[in-house]
Amino acid sequence: MDARIGVLALQGDVSEHIRAFEEALRAAGCNSPVVPVKKPEDLAPLDALAIPGGESTTISRLIEKNGMYQPLSEFEGGIFATCAGMVLMASEADDPRVRTLGRMDMHVARNAFGRQRESHEVRLDVAGLDSPFPAVFIRAPVATRVGSGVQALGAIDRGIVAVRQGKHMAFSFHPELVGDLRLHTLFLKHLGR
Amino acid sequence: MKLEELRFGTELLKRGFASMQKGGVIMDVVDAEQARIAEEAGAVAVMALERVPADIRKAGGVARMADPEKIVEIMEAVSIPVMAKVRIGHFVEAQVLEALGVDMIDESEVLTPADEQFHVDKSKFSIPFVCGARDLGEALRRINEGAAMVRTKGEAGTGNVVEAVRHMRAIMGEIRALQGRSTQELIDRAREIEAPADLVIESAKMGRLPVVNFSAGGIATPADAAMMMQLGADGVFVGSGIFKSANPQRMARAIVEAVSHYDDPQVVARVSRGLGEAMKGIDVHTLREDEVLQYRGR
Repeated sequence: MDARIGVLALQGDVSEHIRAFEEALRAAGCNSPVVPVKKPEDLAPLDALAIPGGESTTISRLIEKNGMYQPLSEFEGGIFATCAGMVLMASEADDPRVRTLGRMDMHVARNAFGRQRESHEVRLDVAGLDSPFPAVFIRAPVATRVGSGVQALGAIDRGIVAVRQGKHMAFSFHPELVGDLRLHTLFLKHLGR
Repeated sequence: MKLEELRFGTELLKRGFASMQKGGVIMDVVDAEQARIAEEAGAVAVMALERVPADIRKAGGVARMADPEKIVEIMEAVSIPVMAKVRIGHFVEAQVLEALGVDMIDESEVLTPADEQFHVDKSKFSIPFVCGARDLGEALRRINEGAAMVRTKGEAGTGNVVEAVRHMRAIMGEIRALQGRSTQELIDRAREIEAPADLVIESAKMGRLPVVNFSAGGIATPADAAMMMQLGADGVFVGSGIFKSANPQRMARAIVEAVSHYDDPQVVARVSRGLGEAMKGIDVHTLREDEVLQYRGR
């Protein structure tokens, strides 16, 4: 097991993602450091990238400003995206203020539950896990439609909240915040490294 | 899914919300138009106010929570989180903001304190709070009351970064000084700084505050913002610094980029070019003692 993983470090909960992936890698017997990614050239050596939670309008703007739109659209490794990251992965968002990367065939709705007071925790069934996952939804998006190539791994009444398309996985909630690394481990497995 | 399985307003949700703001800029705005400019520039959140701190200073009198009408106008204008301020200790203003559905409450020394003994019991609320602090003891007392995020007090409305620097250096320096101490020594230190021992021990173990730590109070340029980040801030609040500058739109964008690339002087240099005049600012030493906002609350 050897995988070089980076975390898009323009804004958001970057250090939480770095820590979670370092732990997941260590558990898989790999001691490579997980690195922050700010510039196009930082992507070159990577097998996989995490796009963190944060504000999707802010990250979207900083992606454009840093000439990262094209490189992220063409990045050949796997992508693990949470919350704002899931919005950016979509082919379409319900809000023109965010320019999505179109990496996964799905439509997303931003802030699908409302404001912070509607943020919540729930035990969620996720395909591929044998017991429910502690899902933390913070001003979270949902997928309102997914294409035939996209597998819905988890859903609630508002929509789909966990998806996989080939090497890519995206979540409305925050596996990086809860110390449960099962979804990170699943991602590494799909990565086939 | 059964509804009773959903949990709202937990500590994890409050602190998690603060984590999502990291590496970002939270901007003071007084109307929907400014809020839209802030969002377009890449702000991670806006602070809805009736006046920016520089104008609160000028106006004098008692400064209170903004008119709910104003806050709602701003909430309807943008998709990013909206924060608003309450007076220190004014738990009913906080209840009002919670009822309006703001995303985070700032219990702020910029407004006139409502209680000289107690801060708001923030653990009773389902939405997160941010509070100002000048040193480690003050920061940990606020966290103990339930604050999900801390910010330096600095000296709001001055456009002078010196107090924010003083407070950030104090907090980070005091945490560094905890390293390598025995549990007994940490408990003793907790007594000295009037902070709960468990939070002192946790800070020593983590080498940082146990919650997200922003900087506020006097940041007026991209270089000011990048300096606070290099000193250890997780992000910045910019109050009067944006909409009191000659070109708010450009200043807002420049500060957003400088915070994201705080450790890259090439970027800070590029975004700082030709911004026009920053806010005029005040030499903190010329303030009368009763004009110094950071002394409010402790």
